[in-house]
Amino acid sequence: MTAVELPGVATAPHPPDEDLVLDVRDLRMRYGTVDVLHGVDLTARRGEVLALLGPNGAGKTTTIEILEGFRLRSAGSVRVLGVDPGRGDERWRARLGVVLQSWRDHGKWRVRDLLAHLGDFYAPYATDRISRPWPVDDLLAAVGLTAQADKRVARLSGGQRRRLDVAVGIVGRPELLFLDEPTVGFDPAARREFHELVHRLADLDETTILLTTHDLDEAEKLADRIVILAGGRIIADGSPDELSRRVAGDAEIRWTRDGERFVHATPDATGFLRDLLREHGDRVQELEVRRASLEDAYMALVYEEESGVRSGRADRVWQQGSDR
Amino acid sequence: MNPTIAAVRAGLRRGMIELRNTFSNGQDLWNYAFPTVALLVTMFFMRGSTVPGTSFSLGARTLPSALGMGLAFGGMLVLASQLVMEREEGTLLRAKATPNGMLGYLVGKITLMSTVALLSMLLQLVPALFYLDGLRLTSASAWFTLLWVAVLGLVATLPIGAVLGALIENPRNFGLIMLPNMGLIALSGIFYPINGYPGWLQGVAQVFPIYWLGLGMRSALLPDDMAAVELGGSWRHLETFGVLGAWAVLGLVLAPVVLRRMARRESGSRVAARRERAMQRVG
Repeated sequence: MTAVELPGVATAPHPPDEDLVLDVRDLRMRYGTVDVLHGVDLTARRGEVLALLGPNGAGKTTTIEILEGFRLRSAGSVRVLGVDPGRGDERWRARLGVVLQSWRDHGKWRVRDLLAHLGDFYAPYATDRISRPWPVDDLLAAVGLTAQADKRVARLSGGQRRRLDVAVGIVGRPELLFLDEPTVGFDPAARREFHELVHRLADLDETTILLTTHDLDEAEKLADRIVILAGGRIIADGSPDELSRRVAGDAEIRWTRDGERFVHATPDATGFLRDLLREHGDRVQELEVRRASLEDAYMALVYEEESGVRSGRADRVWQQGSDR
Repeated sequence: MNPTIAAVRAGLRRGMIELRNTFSNGQDLWNYAFPTVALLVTMFFMRGSTVPGTSFSLGARTLPSALGMGLAFGGMLVLASQLVMEREEGTLLRAKATPNGMLGYLVGKITLMSTVALLSMLLQLVPALFYLDGLRLTSASAWFTLLWVAVLGLVATLPIGAVLGALIENPRNFGLIMLPNMGLIALSGIFYPINGYPGWLQGVAQVFPIYWLGLGMRSALLPDDMAAVELGGSWRHLETFGVLGAWAVLGLVLAPVVLRRMARRESGSRVAARRERAMQRVG
């Protein structure tokens, strides 16, 4: 089987659309003689949460950095909030939020000072619809840093620091937010709070969110749509549910009968169960049906892409493993 | 409000916040105090010696020269090292991700650096007055000269510092500009007049701003007859203005180009790569 088809994406008409926050066509990136992205198509509508998944070296970071305007593409058409990120001005920049992986910048600053200071830059870009910046106290409460407001950044724990990164990313009330592996280093409680914050941003403020993660569970919880990037191209695009179904669709059924354990894989779980119960009735015990999970789908899709590329075109970029 | 004005204001506030942060940090205070203390001690022991051919205290001659050196250092090397460091830490990337953030960052840095440079100057000047004789401190013209030399000196050295900082990618390479600067200080007559040096060496010294900052400061604070010990037997204000002005123009032309190039290249993966490298150094 080849990579999953992307019906609709490549052939869709291309009208100027206010709600189309991200519109990427045939994006290509080449470093020297190495192609890292070969024709990526990607769209996102207002308020949509999009998860970009893919193995290391697939080109996720490169893609995001091109969209953020931090990197110039080699070819293709890219519109972010209706603007080419290669020519985005400061007004455009003010409508974006970027959550960076911080390390030790602004260590001597107090949390409140830093958020208030960065917020100042957004004030001139407030509109009738969106008041900017986010008031510091509300923002601190939203990310759960109220108790740390007067702490110095260097004294925050890893998880608190990540929350500050998120706060910095949203202080300007962005219309489009980029989250690159946002919950690395979060404990389960912080992770859950963060997920609630993302839902709140997307639902209440209609923020469009593009996130990358290696946590498929997180992607499934947060994303309206999942895009899988492998080997510099998009190999799947759909809701978590659609993607799970797309993979062969074999469900796994387990049961016991007379103390003996059975396992059966079938595309038609319902039909199989009907027959099973008709035949054995009450003797069927401990019945369990497991659909293909997103993780199964992901592994299958990525494996296909990787093995396909490796066998067919061995000298592809793929093995260079560059995620720049 | 106009976004540019808002960013400049935010930058000024940024400078003030950083000033407060740095002055409430023990490590930073020590970094500021140490050279000052070292300098004051040196001058204390030099106070008995005299400038060759005069009866004037060598310590009193060294003080203004050292003030000039401090300005050049603060303007050039400290700014350069902060740019290199903060680029590695990701501060600049944050600025880049913020609308007009780079402008705010630079205004903040310049506010911070010039305030620290001027404060350290006062910090060295005031205690030295108690044991050094012969400095001209009651004349208004002395303070006027001090002021224009200091301001022009900062305008000449800060942009050059920004250029150097933008060009150095790896903090470990900072020695590459540190060492030549040490050499320049030795050449520039800060601690001892350079009249005895061969002509070509004097020529080299006079290309760079450190020499002229030292001379300008001496012209402000030393009695007029001390000019006789200088090259050409004069304070050469016109030349001072000319050379410092030329560096200022050069720096102000180069800095925006180089800084823009540096800013363009910043990205999350670049900062991550530097972090990786730094971790390897530590680990």
